[in-house]
Amino acid sequence: MFSDFDFEVIVSALPFLWEGMMFSLGLTLLAMLGGIFLGTLLALMRLSPFKILSYPAGAYVNLIRSIPLILVIFWFYFLIPIAVKNISGNPYAAGIGPFYSALIAFTMFEAAYYCEIIRAGIQSVPRGQVHAAYALGLNYRQATTLVILPQAFRNMIPILLTTSIILFQDTSLVYVVGLTDFMGAASKIARRDGRLVELYLFAALIYFIICFTASYFVKRLQARYNVGRN
Amino acid sequence: MKRITSLFLALFAGAAFSGAAVAQESGTLKKIRDTGVIKIGHRDASIPFSYLDEKQRPIGYGVDICLKIADAVQAQLKMPNLKVEFVPVTSQTRIPILTGGNIDLECGSTTNSIERQKQVAFAPTYFMTGTKIIVKKNSGIKGYDDLKGKTVVITQGTTNERAMKAYNDEKKLGINFIPAKDHAESFLAVETGRAVAFPMDDILLFGLRASARNPDDYVILGEFLSDDPYGIMMRRDDAEFKKLVDDTVIGLYKSGEINKIYTKWFQSKIPPRGINLNFPMSDALKQAIKNPNDTGVGACGKMKC
Amino acid sequence: MDFSFLNQPAFSGGGVYLDWVISGVKWTLLVSVLGWIIAFSMGSVLGVLRTSPVWWLRAPATVYVEIFRNIPLLVQMFIWYFVVPEIVPKFMGDWLKTKMPMPEFWNAVLCLGFYTASRVAEQVRSGIQSIPRGQTNAALAMGLTLPQAYRHVLLPMAYRIIIPPMTTEFLTIFKNSSVALTIGVLELTAQARQISEYTFRTFEIFIIATIIYALITLTVTFSMRWLEHRARVPGYIGGASGK
Repeated sequence: MFSDFDFEVIVSALPFLWEGMMFSLGLTLLAMLGGIFLGTLLALMRLSPFKILSYPAGAYVNLIRSIPLILVIFWFYFLIPIAVKNISGNPYAAGIGPFYSALIAFTMFEAAYYCEIIRAGIQSVPRGQVHAAYALGLNYRQATTLVILPQAFRNMIPILLTTSIILFQDTSLVYVVGLTDFMGAASKIARRDGRLVELYLFAALIYFIICFTASYFVKRLQARYNVGRN
Repeated sequence: MKRITSLFLALFAGAAFSGAAVAQESGTLKKIRDTGVIKIGHRDASIPFSYLDEKQRPIGYGVDICLKIADAVQAQLKMPNLKVEFVPVTSQTRIPILTGGNIDLECGSTTNSIERQKQVAFAPTYFMTGTKIIVKKNSGIKGYDDLKGKTVVITQGTTNERAMKAYNDEKKLGINFIPAKDHAESFLAVETGRAVAFPMDDILLFGLRASARNPDDYVILGEFLSDDPYGIMMRRDDAEFKKLVDDTVIGLYKSGEINKIYTKWFQSKIPPRGINLNFPMSDALKQAIKNPNDTGVGACGKMKC
Repeated sequence: MDFSFLNQPAFSGGGVYLDWVISGVKWTLLVSVLGWIIAFSMGSVLGVLRTSPVWWLRAPATVYVEIFRNIPLLVQMFIWYFVVPEIVPKFMGDWLKTKMPMPEFWNAVLCLGFYTASRVAEQVRSGIQSIPRGQTNAALAMGLTLPQAYRHVLLPMAYRIIIPPMTTEFLTIFKNSSVALTIGVLELTAQARQISEYTFRTFEIFIIATIIYALITLTVTFSMRWLEHRARVPGYIGGASGK
């Protein structure tokens, strides 16, 4: 059973795993920022009274939310470079590189999920606040950026963070296109050295520690917010 | 967080560079000049062609030849600061990534097949191998026909997968195939007993066996199910770049430098475990080096399809 | 765009490429539905235990939920498939690897089921906790035992409240079933990849796969909306909200 559990393998792989972890964290952070930004735009579009804005945004969000992340990764990873070439008309257009392909895929995917959270958050801001803002003479942009979004985001922070923890877990799926994130690094060494048990258990442990700790802090944050509001 | 900074740098650099290109080249060479980087696709476990050493850096026979090509590109473009960037690819991703422009050369263990030639171009053949199977010594398997009704693991997207499946269809063996993502994973399926056999290019099987924990437990057997000439892949319809690549490879053949590179990877101790494959150059490869060519092979090995 | 490849004889197996697509849909649905049966039943038990007043019932359920929720699905998939057979006694491991029929399929079902159970448990828990304490107290005051109160009062209410988040969870397991391709299950996404490899019709086959996923999601969403309408608890507006 564990009699030949080899810690040496893990120790010697640490620098490579660390690089992989940086990849995972970088991808998570950038996709989170990009996803929240794009998600906010999508949410504002969905809430817009103009159908020309709300319909396409709604269609995009519902479509993305109905297909698996792996399929989205394949879409962007294989087809975006080809699309770029066709649009630019240059058959040798510089590729955008695997990290950025993955980043675009995750940003576009997560934006659909963030959008729905942000939409709910915006709707949770009492209408009176909007009316008051307009009564004070603010225009739409000012009312949105100065009054509605700050309040909406305050309410949403815990759930946005929870979603981002899931995003961090999901980044492991770049494995399917052979990239070296934390899980990719672990599996490359695992397969090269035939040490699956050690490396996959180690990866599980590290993911658990990070996600558990992060969720714990989100819970604490949430509790504090609730106190503040009551 | 190097990557994050480099993202922003890349965004700015991308904006600054576009339009400021030197106008004389086209295609891949222009792309390399514009970006200052030549991107080389490598594999994780194509021993000894393209795999990771103990520090997880890509090395191998194919990687060495690609680095020679990078040197030639550097000389031709007169760019002393040309950077080489390695991008990991798998059997499944290598062609889309190449045609999509994320790599400029693929240096792995790719069979030059007529079918792939519709998508990509190949440099002159730099290795000759063919499909065989690896099995455990105590499995009782003596040839392909013993695989009847057994479980066989295949690496997705390889010519060996097709050769084995075509053979299975022709002989009606009813083999149960399980797919794996890379050769190391496939070999592991045999090592752990999940599959009885793994069909692959024989040289890669020698490499995998040599790096196994107990190499003596395995045998590689069978007649060649397919002939697999390996070539470095690049994009199609780019005569200028292809000429540079071909000239470089043929140059290595003519000068005899290829023998040095060959000996380094096939007849000496190689990382990560210091094993020696002891695999002298085959007559077929000697022929291919004497008469450099980029002729491809059919899709289904020696079966018709 | 050219979809005629669907009708071309497939490389292997005798049929045409359309048969590969259909087989992919079949495995996607099988993995999702069987996984869901595990997730729903285990998740219900765990969710109830999480609300139990007895700490030694609550604690193991909490540990389960935290472990399965905080490890990525892909890692869990690999642990079921690659690690478990190596750390159980050898005769069991050998059975798991060689004797067991369709090991990659059953591993995927178990993995998805156990993973999703942790998420279902949380929905069941929040459904039960959203019911006012007064209802439990009233049930106990009427002489029901605690298990009876759960059986006749709390659970019937809770399940009706959590239909919307449970729909989301089912759709999540349905989409997550594509992770099974990493251990070799040839479900829809894997078949799409494989067909693109053989026909080089990447764009077309990805469109087909996307449409199939979207159609199944739509069907599930609409039928559940109908069920939700039928099962609505009078006096309750929405249910507990899920992601």
